[in-house]
Amino acid sequence: MTNAKLWGLKKSPWVFHVAAASCNNCDIEILDVITPRWDVERFGIVLVGSPRHADALLVTGVLNRKSLPRVIHVYEQTPKPCLVIAVGSCTCDNHIFRPSYNAVGPYDKHIPVDVYIPGCPPKPEAIISGVVKALKRL
Amino acid sequence: MSILRIIVAYLVFPGFLFTSVVGLFLTWIDRKVTARIHWRVGPPWYQPYADFLKLLLKETIVPEGASKVLFLLGPVLGVVAMTILAVMLFSMNFNPQVTFVGDLIVIIYLLALPPIGIIIGGSASKNPLASVGASREMTQYFAYELPFLIVITSIIIKAGGTIRIGEIISAQAAQGPFLYSFSGAIAGVVMLLTMQAKLGYVPFDAPEAEQEIMAGPFIEYSGVSLALFKLTRAMMLFVLPLFTISLLWGGFADWWAVLKFLVIVVLVILIKNTNPRLRIDQSLRFFWIGTGILSIIGLVLTFYGL
Repeated sequence: MTNAKLWGLKKSPWVFHVAAASCNNCDIEILDVITPRWDVERFGIVLVGSPRHADALLVTGVLNRKSLPRVIHVYEQTPKPCLVIAVGSCTCDNHIFRPSYNAVGPYDKHIPVDVYIPGCPPKPEAIISGVVKALKRL
Repeated sequence: MSILRIIVAYLVFPGFLFTSVVGLFLTWIDRKVTARIHWRVGPPWYQPYADFLKLLLKETIVPEGASKVLFLLGPVLGVVAMTILAVMLFSMNFNPQVTFVGDLIVIIYLLALPPIGIIIGGSASKNPLASVGASREMTQYFAYELPFLIVITSIIIKAGGTIRIGEIISAQAAQGPFLYSFSGAIAGVVMLLTMQAKLGYVPFDAPEAEQEIMAGPFIEYSGVSLALFKLTRAMMLFVLPLFTISLLWGGFADWWAVLKFLVIVVLVILIKNTNPRLRIDQSLRFFWIGTGILSIIGLVLTFYGL
């Protein structure tokens, strides 16, 4: 039972993209990953429109006081088990926004993060390799 | 003995298990052809099965304030209807004598159940986008049902006024498939377009437009209930071409029928991949004015025996 569950989850991780106030660079790189050049549908990865359908949340952007409750809300709406993949340096350590009064810290202070993909923005190859690492950790 | 055979027929061979396995395989063909059109590699063959298995084993969430019974009933309706439909069509194709009077009418009603399930589920899920999707689904249902029924009327006239699918199939065995005539070709085109809309594929996917209303009626579904909706779609991809072949293209008379079946499926996929989405009012106008007039011309031609 658990083996089947693990196999299904590894072979078809559906991804919901949570753009929590990012500068759009990471978002554009994420969209690059699903273009024909990188084609992650080979691995069964599909972008879905609703967190209810998702198995993994790709979070981007620096977390601030406005976006924090929304991100937590989306995380709670997602059916478990779900992975959280933090894309971009902002999600890992606030990056250049560290001294800002409005940055409420990296994501792992608030929700469990499975894998970090640093880079400003990370290359599509880096994002794919991060997702593969997250799937291997399962 | 016969009860056991009926149970096996519904649950295993032409029924639930067989239809869902073949239907999921057809959705893989859909995704693979789509990928090749995009110049991509596309998913491996086991992808739809992995998706289905994963969805079955995930958590199912019922939204707060939603009607629990209706929300969970919605996905089941479509699967049940498609199972019954598959059993009926299969037994009629291989043994045209087993049918009963009026089975065509029963099939038309069974084909209406999946959209009704979507409407019930979408309206019960207490989400504004789902309500928008459900209302569009309802509009679209009324849109494509008009040309569909006119085409079915012309097929009934061609078959000499019978409403038994078995007799329609035997009439085609006697006088050649209905598709090879003017009115039959028109009926085929209209049937293909309504099939596209029944499947919710791209020119007519306003009810579940991913980019604007986030999968519409399915937005609150997760886990098993979402899996059942996906399964309904997959089974429809199997049952609707079978229905078209039975009515227009001579039924499963020989093994060429498998090729005809694949031709219809690939045509549907090609239409899906080469067209932009229509707005809901545009698709209503398309079906009631454009396709409706075309199907009425087909009906008139049928009266003159063309």
